[in-house]
Amino acid sequence: MHNKDNVTERVLRISGVNARRCMKCGKCSASCPSYDEMEYHPHQFVYMVESGDVEPLLNSRSIYKCLTCFACVDRCPRGVEPVKLVEAIRLEVIREQGANHLRADDVPAKIDEDVPQQLLVSAFRKYAK
Amino acid sequence: MKVSYFPGCTLKTTAKELDAYTRASAKALGVTLEEIENWQCCGGVFTTANDEIATKLSSIRALTEANAKEQPLVSVCSACHNVIKQTNRAMQTDADFAFRVNNYMRMQSDTYTEYHGEARVMHFLELLRDEIGFDKVAAAVKNSLKGKKIAAYYGCLLLRPGKTMQMDDVENPRIIEDLIRALGAEPVIYASRNECCGGYVALDSPDSAAKQSRKVLDGAISAGADLIVTACPLCRYNLIKNGKSDIPVVYFTELLAEALGVKETEDAQ
Repeated sequence: MHNKDNVTERVLRISGVNARRCMKCGKCSASCPSYDEMEYHPHQFVYMVESGDVEPLLNSRSIYKCLTCFACVDRCPRGVEPVKLVEAIRLEVIREQGANHLRADDVPAKIDEDVPQQLLVSAFRKYAK
Repeated sequence: MKVSYFPGCTLKTTAKELDAYTRASAKALGVTLEEIENWQCCGGVFTTANDEIATKLSSIRALTEANAKEQPLVSVCSACHNVIKQTNRAMQTDADFAFRVNNYMRMQSDTYTEYHGEARVMHFLELLRDEIGFDKVAAAVKNSLKGKKIAAYYGCLLLRPGKTMQMDDVENPRIIEDLIRALGAEPVIYASRNECCGGYVALDSPDSAAKQSRKVLDGAISAGADLIVTACPLCRYNLIKNGKSDIPVVYFTELLAEALGVKETEDAQ
């Protein structure tokens, strides 16, 4: 079971994001290549964290759709860096014992012989602890 | 000129040609790449959480070794370069992070010198542009690539976050196009050249990654490219997997080695 105490504070602290800087222009979501794949979009991560409504984000597959491409970071006119909130919320989930999103046993079925090591190490960094 | 070189995991396995063409080209241009001793995998992606240090220590070890030798730290894989440069920036700007990293590193060695991001981190492209100069590269070309129409694919990791990477204009880059011109070929400009290929999501949601890669491929093809060049093994994998041989995708160093006349020697080995 996820430790829900102070989750918003923890997310803000480990991301270093000041969500109150957001002026709600939506440019982060407009720039996001994974927009269509997400239930909650980058601008929603920002305002939901700001208003302390983190629970739905912890339970959404949207946290695994982020590509960490930093488009939302470079295109935000207010320097909010939404990707850091997505990452912090994903870490809140996968840092819990047994909550890894990717297991080593699942890998052989997902890969072909050309898969670069870079893909495996990156996926494990993002999806497992 | 001597520089420290961090090849990275993929350059020792599925992207051996990226490493070989980089070394051959550097040699032809008078640069010695001194491989970091006992380097460790960078982890592929930078963790933006500021409470994590373990995932950033391999970068710190490479950075401090290069710094002790007073050499810039050069890598050619976009991911290695991105992780190392973001880690270095965190050492410069986040005093609490640097304090914890330095404490940890001191435990491992009595001779460890406190580090605050002093090393210069360069991508091989920046070495070509800023240290050697594209004019010198052009002068060293033996087999001009004249007549080839080449699409530069930057992806995300080379350029972003721009404040940290500081390689080029994040929305309108030109470093790879300038190299293509130096090699005698014609660069092809298209809108998706700095969009993500789908990255590591290829493992979890292959369809989502395929959509991203198709946007890149279709952009380059409709702009009239014969060939796409990249610096990133994961970009190349995603583009080839989803390109179904519509267009070849090669590392930029392969073209460089070809133009410098050192490709065939490498291929024979």
